[in-house]
This record gives sequence, C-alpha cells and structure tokens, in this order.
Amino acid sequence: MKITLLDCGVSNVASVERALQRLGAESQCAVTAECVERAEALLLPGVGHFEALIRVLNERKLRAPLCDAIRRGVPFLGICLGLQALYDASDEAPEMAGLQVLPGSVRALPAVAKLPHMGWNRLILKNQSQLLKDIDADAHFYFAHSYAAIEQGEETVAACSYGTEFVAVLEKENMCAVQFHPEKSGEAGAQVLRNFMRLCA
Amino acid sequence: MSLARRIIPCLDVDGDRVVKGVNFVGLRDAGDPAQLGARYNAGGADELVVLDIAASRDRRPTFLETIRRVAAELAIPMTAGGGIRSTEDARAVLRAGADKITLNTAAVARPELISETSLEFGAQAVVLAIDAKRDGDQWVVMVRGGRDSANLDAIAWAKQGVALGAGEILLTSMDRDGTKSGFDTALTAAISSTVSVPVIASGGAKLPEHFAEIFTAGHADAALAASIFHDRIQPIRELKEFLSARGIPVRLPC
Repeated sequence: MKITLLDCGVSNVASVERALQRLGAESQCAVTAECVERAEALLLPGVGHFEALIRVLNERKLRAPLCDAIRRGVPFLGICLGLQALYDASDEAPEMAGLQVLPGSVRALPAVAKLPHMGWNRLILKNQSQLLKDIDADAHFYFAHSYAAIEQGEETVAACSYGTEFVAVLEKENMCAVQFHPEKSGEAGAQVLRNFMRLCA
Repeated sequence: MSLARRIIPCLDVDGDRVVKGVNFVGLRDAGDPAQLGARYNAGGADELVVLDIAASRDRRPTFLETIRRVAAELAIPMTAGGGIRSTEDARAVLRAGADKITLNTAAVARPELISETSLEFGAQAVVLAIDAKRDGDQWVVMVRGGRDSANLDAIAWAKQGVALGAGEILLTSMDRDGTKSGFDTALTAAISSTVSVPVIASGGAKLPEHFAEIFTAGHADAALAASIFHDRIQPIRELKEFLSARGIPVRLPC
C-alpha cells in the first residue's frame, strides 16, 4: 500500500519520506485535494507554526478531504504539528480552527522547564498501543515543540511528562498521531513507522 | 523530568570534507561527512551539527550537497549552519535536509534575522551560535569564525537572541576550543541560568568527567565535541554509560 504524505510546504516532508523509503515503504507527496481523496494511507508531518499549517490546509482545500478520509477509515498518521492539527484549536493561533476531529485545545507547555521541549524523552504508557508494539518501554523519542495536547482522552495510548503530562501517542481506530518525530528517533522511531506501515497493509 | 542530556558530535566542513583545527586555525582533513554521519547515527549520537567553516558564497552549492548526503544517512536530528545571512539561505539549508539552522555573525550584524527565521520556520529550528571569549570579568561575543570582537556582552546577547525568537543557544568557549582542558563551566552556567531555552555547550571537551561536569555544574542541556569523537578517543556509547552511572539522564542506544 502506498502512503501519501501531505506536503504543506511548512515542514520537512523529505526527511519523513526518506525514513519511509529506508523501511521499504512506497510513498508519494500530495499537494492537491484529489491526491488526498484517492489516498490509501495518509501521513501529515509538521513542524513550525499551527497557523501556517492550518492556513495551507485551508488554502489548498485539503481540510475537507483530509477529515473525510480519516472518518472513512483511511489509515492516518499525524506527526508533531500533525497531531496538534487534529484538535479543535491551539493557543498558538487562537483565531484558527483546527481540523476538529478531536475535542479540546492544544495548550502552551508550562514555562516551568526550558522551552521548546527539545530532545529525547521517555513515554508513560496509558493503554495498549499498536504503534508502540515491539518497542522497549524505556525507549527515548525525539521531541521539538512548545505546545501540546494536555487533556488526555480515551484515544491517548502514551503520554510524556515535561513540566506537565501531555499526549505523546494517540490511536483511535484508523487514526494515529505522535507528538515526537519518529523519523528523527533512531531505531525506536523506525519501529513506530514500521508499525504504522503494518496497520496500512 | 527525564529529558535526556544530549551528546552532539560536530562536523566542521570545508566544502565536501570534514576538517579540524585548534582555536579555529591549523585545519586538517578528518574524513567524509556522510561516512562520519552514518557512524555517529549508529553509534548513539543524539543529534549532529554540521558547520560550514569556509562559509563562502561560491562554495555554498557544495555545502548544500554535503548536507543532503549527510541527511540521507541520519535517523537523528541535524543542525546546520555557517554563513547563513538571510531567510532564503536558511530555507536552502532546511530544504537540503537540516532540521535546524545556526545563526552567528549575520545575526550580530542584523539581529532581525533571528526573528525573521523564527517566524518563518519556528523557534525550534533556530539556533543562535555564540562564540564567547573571556575579557576581564565578562565574556564578549566573537564573530567571523572567532577573528573579530563584536563588542557585545555574551550574556546580554544570549538574552536578546532568545527574546527575538532563538529556540536554542550553541555556546562555544573560544578560550577552551581545541584545548581539551574541559568545557567552560562558568560561562555555560552563566548563560544557561539566564535564558529560558536549551543551551549546547561546546569547546574543550576530552574526558567523560568534562561532560559530567558541564551537565551538572554547567547546567548544559547538551554537549558538543568534534575531534575526540572523530579520532575515536571517546566512544559515545561508553561516554553515555559513564554519565548514566552518575545519575545523569541520557539516551542509551540499543
């Protein structure tokens, strides 16, 4: 199955694509609504600003096809900002509506620790996870963000603690998302991508 | 809070080769950047920094090609810089495969470059590189590869850089660089306790004890070194085991 990467011009899609290719996945980059409508599996990478990502999704008319695909059961993986975009809104750009697939708002991490939360951190497992299958419980993953989904829902399978606990991995039927960067997280990150590829197969 | 302290090898690159020197002079060849990158990726490095030490306009395409070749080998983050003078320069480096850029001399000349790149790519992608040198009872900022004084107080400049949007500080002690006598703990602690962003300490590392000290007394979030890793004087895995045994949180690779 081919994984379609949404290229919103604001993130380093190339590094995710390189990581997938290294693992033997077939992938393509998409910038049009038609590509999203036809996608067999979708991946939304993201670094940078919430406002920039949502603006591009709106301008390129990708919002509706993306939400439809997730509701239709197309396997989906959001990375970093691609996780945050799923919620109603974000403190980073209060005037922009998120994709509203999940309820609640993305919040700024509390300034009790150095920000951005940048570097390798561990997860706190909350629920049985498909994405974290065959990964050591004490594995580290690479994070680089200042905002996070603080409120944990049923879909939260792992959290991370940095100043406060926040959603690190979520899974809800076909929809998965991670706050860390699997493409930058060494072997543990590669296993997360392999597990997603298995869910797509 | 279990955020691991990071160990970061640095590749000083001249065109398509890694070079090394003492106190920014006396450069000699230290290998192929992609080969070294692959070795560090497998060997437990938490991140890689690639700096274009020549930073000349005409050799830019060669440097970008080097970044592309290194990026192809990595499953860890890469920071690249040297000679970035504009948002477009930064974009080219990020497009080539870097996750973060470093700003140095050009940011001193025009501090708005920090806010422009931070707004465009996010604070997490903008690292302010500060080369600091002791001058009486303060540290001054040096520019142009450590040749000229910018007549700026390093602590004040770090604060200003963070206020403008830098997401991280790469702090090099010009006094210690290349000496292998240990990181500058006083300088690093002074900057790290002043700014709200992570600080990478650089310059002077040799022994595992130097790393332990910079993470404890120096309050560094990450530590960078070059030749001790290139020359295999200090394997990263053993260094991390040493730090872990002393209660310093590190990511132990499998």
